[in-house]
Amino acid sequence: MSSSINIKKSVIDTLLAGLLSLIVFGPVIGILLDGYDFTTRPSLLLTMVAIVMVGRFAISLFVQSEKGQMMLYKHQNNDDGVIVLPPGHKSKMVYIVPIAIIIGLVAPFVATKYILTVLILGLIYVLLGLGLNIVVGLAGLLDLGFVGFYAIGAYGLSLGYQYLGFGFWSMLPLAAIMAAVAGAILGFPVLRMHGDYLAIVTLGFGEIIRLILTNWTSFTGGPNGVYAPLPTLFGLEFERRAKQGGTPFHEFFNLPYDSGLKYVFIYLSLFMVVCAVLYIKHRLVKMPIGRAWEALREDEIACRSLGLNHVLIKLSAFMMGASTGGLAGVFFATYQGFVNPTSFTFFESALILAIVVLGGLGSTVGVVIAAFVLTVTPEMLREVADFRVLIFGLLMVVMMIWRPRGLVRITRTGFAVRKGVA
Amino acid sequence: MDIVLQQLVNGLTLGSVYGLIAVGYTMVYGIIGMINFAHGDVYMVSAYITAIVLALLSFFGIHSFPVVILFTLLLTIIITGVYGWTIERVAYRPLRNSTRLAPLISAIGMSLILQNYVQIAQGARSQGVPTLLDGTLRMHIGDGYVQLTYMKVFILVAAFSGMGILTYIIQKTTLGRMCRATQQDRKMASILGINTDRIISYVFVIGAAMAALAGVLITLDYGSFDFFVGFVIGVKAFTAAVLGGIGSLPGAMLGGVILGLAESLFSGLVNTDYKDVFAFGLLVTILIFRPSGLLGKPAVEKV
Amino acid sequence: MKQDNILTVEHLEMQFGGIKALNDVNFEIKRGSISALIGPNGAGKTTVFNCLTGFYKATGGAITLFANGKQTRVGKVLGEPFQSSDYVNPAAFASRLRYKMFGGSHLVNRSGLARTFQNIRLFKEMSVVENLLVAQHMQVNRNLLAGIFNTPGYRKAESRALERAFYWLEVMDLVDHANKLAGSMSYGQQRRLEIARSMCTNPELICLDEPAAGLNPAETHALSSMIRVLQKEHNATVLLIEHDMGMVMDISEHIVVLDHGEVIARGGPDDIKSNPKVIAAYLGAEDDEEVTL
Repeated sequence: MSSSINIKKSVIDTLLAGLLSLIVFGPVIGILLDGYDFTTRPSLLLTMVAIVMVGRFAISLFVQSEKGQMMLYKHQNNDDGVIVLPPGHKSKMVYIVPIAIIIGLVAPFVATKYILTVLILGLIYVLLGLGLNIVVGLAGLLDLGFVGFYAIGAYGLSLGYQYLGFGFWSMLPLAAIMAAVAGAILGFPVLRMHGDYLAIVTLGFGEIIRLILTNWTSFTGGPNGVYAPLPTLFGLEFERRAKQGGTPFHEFFNLPYDSGLKYVFIYLSLFMVVCAVLYIKHRLVKMPIGRAWEALREDEIACRSLGLNHVLIKLSAFMMGASTGGLAGVFFATYQGFVNPTSFTFFESALILAIVVLGGLGSTVGVVIAAFVLTVTPEMLREVADFRVLIFGLLMVVMMIWRPRGLVRITRTGFAVRKGVA
Repeated sequence: MDIVLQQLVNGLTLGSVYGLIAVGYTMVYGIIGMINFAHGDVYMVSAYITAIVLALLSFFGIHSFPVVILFTLLLTIIITGVYGWTIERVAYRPLRNSTRLAPLISAIGMSLILQNYVQIAQGARSQGVPTLLDGTLRMHIGDGYVQLTYMKVFILVAAFSGMGILTYIIQKTTLGRMCRATQQDRKMASILGINTDRIISYVFVIGAAMAALAGVLITLDYGSFDFFVGFVIGVKAFTAAVLGGIGSLPGAMLGGVILGLAESLFSGLVNTDYKDVFAFGLLVTILIFRPSGLLGKPAVEKV
Repeated sequence: MKQDNILTVEHLEMQFGGIKALNDVNFEIKRGSISALIGPNGAGKTTVFNCLTGFYKATGGAITLFANGKQTRVGKVLGEPFQSSDYVNPAAFASRLRYKMFGGSHLVNRSGLARTFQNIRLFKEMSVVENLLVAQHMQVNRNLLAGIFNTPGYRKAESRALERAFYWLEVMDLVDHANKLAGSMSYGQQRRLEIARSMCTNPELICLDEPAAGLNPAETHALSSMIRVLQKEHNATVLLIEHDMGMVMDISEHIVVLDHGEVIARGGPDDIKSNPKVIAAYLGAEDDEEVTL
């Protein structure tokens, strides 16, 4: 391997990239449509082209350097660095988890109302990320309509309250079940066939749900949305006036009304549910069903040859993921106080997928971190908000090329050697 | 009766355009076995380029319809073709030996990038183009009549010519032969000296060019568009590709026409609000009962 | 019924589009034997395997498996089209519908037939032990609640599965690699792991697709003795496809020769060695060069 750097090649690459970017960006960036007329933006165009050329030159030089060559080699050999931990490995999580739980429990009593709402949103996306990660990360099924299950959960709470008089706590498990049933109905026919079709069918499913919610005005309230009830604490309500036939919390304890209190309660309930889901997820990957999901992701034909019913196993992953999405939907509805179809567009599915991709397909910790990074950052930095979707897109492409398994290194449990018995 | 006929005529024009876009899905799927989710957005970009080229032409004082349409088609197809090439080079080629999921996710990413990039560059509001071709053909049938704008006639002629040229390229030229060889067996084709990476690039360029043709036609007909138009039309064109049998070129065209007709009839006779639901529902139904489509070969699983 | 046969294949036919890959293939496999399916490249050996194991739905003929104390018709568990008589017989209709919806090649494995693949199919990014645990999916405690709450019953079942996994690692001489990623092992080790994994499903008949491909003579020899161990100590009937004639003639009791989708010879190793049809098939008909197999 020669370590000499071929400058001429880099220059040619750079010029080609510049020419291409001029053609690609030229019309769309260089010319701004204004009715049937237009204005030109030469400086912006040149800046973009310059950025592309500098970037291409840097990459070209880096790839030719020794370090770059090594990275390429590693990449070509699919060295993702999955490692098997030695048996009896003590994870640092033993210390981190209790600390995280304590911080999580204390947080609502210290944080301002605004920060609390951002935290709630972050936790909702943790749930969504965990749910989708079962489907995409563990079972290897690309689900682009995850937002459909989220919508089923959210509308389940609202409509269940409106038509059946069910409250938050009865709808929480019911919504999870409803989402799982919807997942089964959608998944059963589709999961039998070749994997890639699933992506487009689920994409269609997410859109169908949204279109029905928008167009079936008499039932769902259409674009105006519907009211969603708040959770109650043993019949005590968190609104100024009781709406669900109970007593308001502040009247019962003779406290002044504080609108932040409902967020504290939503946060705490959500935090409990997230912890439970995290624990279940942690157990699932070690259980037969979790192993079967991963085996299916690795090689479906081998699984069938070992007596595993691939359809039912995929379906179980699909339903498990869907029900988690349903739970997240219930919390989203109650947090917003109402739901309407605009919260359930394809971008939402894309955001959840970006969380899973950034956090790592199959990783739990990674998804929790990624959910907060991707939802909290745009809330905090308003300037970024316009570029949100662009960033998600770039993230997916770059991560797939650079680290398809996510930023967190995937580890597998090791087993102590023991005496075999037939 | 005249409603049905009118919807059939509308469906035929719509379907021919679906067919043009479906070609891109089916060829890419045939050659590298991936669903190019960004294809619908390539169509969307071509709509913007159409409007920009039209604005430029009118700025230079060119108003003669044949010249305008010729330049618009040519420039839009070339620029969109470069988009197709670039997307493949940047987002898909590095993933040739990656896991099954990676190119799919990368394609979703690319789709988001294109949408947001156009939204940032050109604003979120919807854009429009002036009407270039006025006038209507009207045929009286019994008590009613069926009408067909000249623009729709032009769409039909242009779409079917485009499909004809493509079929000629794939069936008769060396490039087409190399495409078909690569589709059948990529490894063997590369052993025989075909630069398969380049062929795959060509396929993306051809797909993008066909989408650009569709983009020009639809944009001129509807007159308005926004950065989100690629999504729904993309899913529908994919439905058309699956309906015809994914991987099959005549299948994509046939599927497009059938889907266009079915959708028009549904929205004319049943309900317009749910016409997208109908198309998605059709996709699921086909996948369940005939996953190999109308003209596709049933896939034999390699064990 | 001849109960000493574990598998009977009658008039098996397989068609891909217009191409007839198999034509009227008939053979039986004796319980407890080691048999081999040989033939030139493209003769249809792997197609026979794929039909036996349910990965291809045969277009004609019957494959019957007599294992796990029952008789299984492979075509039936894969799901057959409805017959007109089903519409008057609800029980038959229900059974047909059940197999149509939930049937598939996994049911063939559950009736006691396991297989390996020509191009190894391991779960490459899972550890060696995990590969073996997945194979025991049908035998472990799959109750969701038991697993989530880690009940004693669940722990016992898991521990039992681990013991069985390590047992097969010992048999296949892979204990030192227990905690490696399956994909990171050498070719020969991956082949052995694949056999161990199939054996973890407790099959009565195991079909090995070119187990010695890519192995060196020493490894092939070791493999032969392992296959004998499977037969002698684990009551497994072995059916293998193999190109290594030395190995085939050495270990198999019964050989079926396939050429152009048809059975051209059947019998013991000595019969096959001297069968002119077989020699012609391997060397081309007009070639009258002397050949010793």
